[in-house]
Amino acid sequence: MSASASFRYAVNVTPKAGILDPQGRAVEGSLGHLGISGVRDVRVGRRVELTVDALDEAAARAVVDRLAGELLSNPLIEAFTIEPLGATSSTRSEVPA
Amino acid sequence: MSVRIGVVLFPGSNRDIDARNAIEVAGAEPVMLWHEDADLSGVAGVLLPGGFAYGDYLRAGVIARFSPVMRAVSAFAAEGGLVFGICNGFQVLAEAGLVPGALLRNRSVRFVSREVSVVAERPDSPFTRLVGGRRPLRLPVAHGEGCYYADEPTLDALERDGQVLFRYVRPDGEVAVPGDPGNPNGSLRGIAGVANATGNVAGLMPHPETAVEAILGSDDGLAIIRSFVEGAAERSRSGPLVEVGGR
Repeated sequence: MSASASFRYAVNVTPKAGILDPQGRAVEGSLGHLGISGVRDVRVGRRVELTVDALDEAAARAVVDRLAGELLSNPLIEAFTIEPLGATSSTRSEVPA
Repeated sequence: MSVRIGVVLFPGSNRDIDARNAIEVAGAEPVMLWHEDADLSGVAGVLLPGGFAYGDYLRAGVIARFSPVMRAVSAFAAEGGLVFGICNGFQVLAEAGLVPGALLRNRSVRFVSREVSVVAERPDSPFTRLVGGRRPLRLPVAHGEGCYYADEPTLDALERDGQVLFRYVRPDGEVAVPGDPGNPNGSLRGIAGVANATGNVAGLMPHPETAVEAILGSDDGLAIIRSFVEGAAERSRSGPLVEVGGR
């Protein structure tokens, strides 16, 4: 197996601007119960963190771009941003038993 | 010989038995298709039942979209085969891009399980033609993500092109717009069911398959299931499904 590096990313998925977000509205509605005012435009989304094993960062990024657009978000209703979380240079990420 | 209708079983489907029963009541033979099947066993039509395919993880319907059977269903649809997605099946079809739009979380943020009234907006589609016009049908709904959404230009195009098949209605027969008690989830323009541009793939949020016998509380859904079954039978009799009728 060829040596490769591991790249960690977070994909942040949020409802597109203009799309009704009833979860965000529910959160907003509860703020009064905490005695909090002056908070608005709450949007509830999803954060997916993942590690990609690839030869280099460009290859890893290409995988994440595809994954984010085709699976992790629905382009009709959601937008996403990709946040690089850094690289590790091991050939394979192993979790100690 | 009675017409064979495929019912796709995903892990997490739970209305497959109701779908089977409805197909039998409509006089056809149900054929169970497993989500890992790469072919459709020569069925004349495909029904995607309700439930929570793959646990509805990530988004309702999205994981199911990538299953082997859905590749076969897409190919079948592209040849003009009739495909009917109910509830979670509608969500799978929407995620797969086989019908337009998306199903958002209900505006109430609550799972809704009750009876609603819908009307068929087209008297002539393969999914509605035996309904007998724009009369209110009593059907159950049971979903957490059923709020139909498409952007305004798309909604206008769907209406113009006759792709809106079903709408939620109020007791007086008027369309139940978002906020009206007759609209269970906030669906835009009261849309409960849509078809693709060629009219052979449809999704519907309420459950006609659990309303096919009086003992179930309503048999208003039977005309929808029979429309679908007979439409599939006709298409299979007319030979290879290559030509899709325009509208």
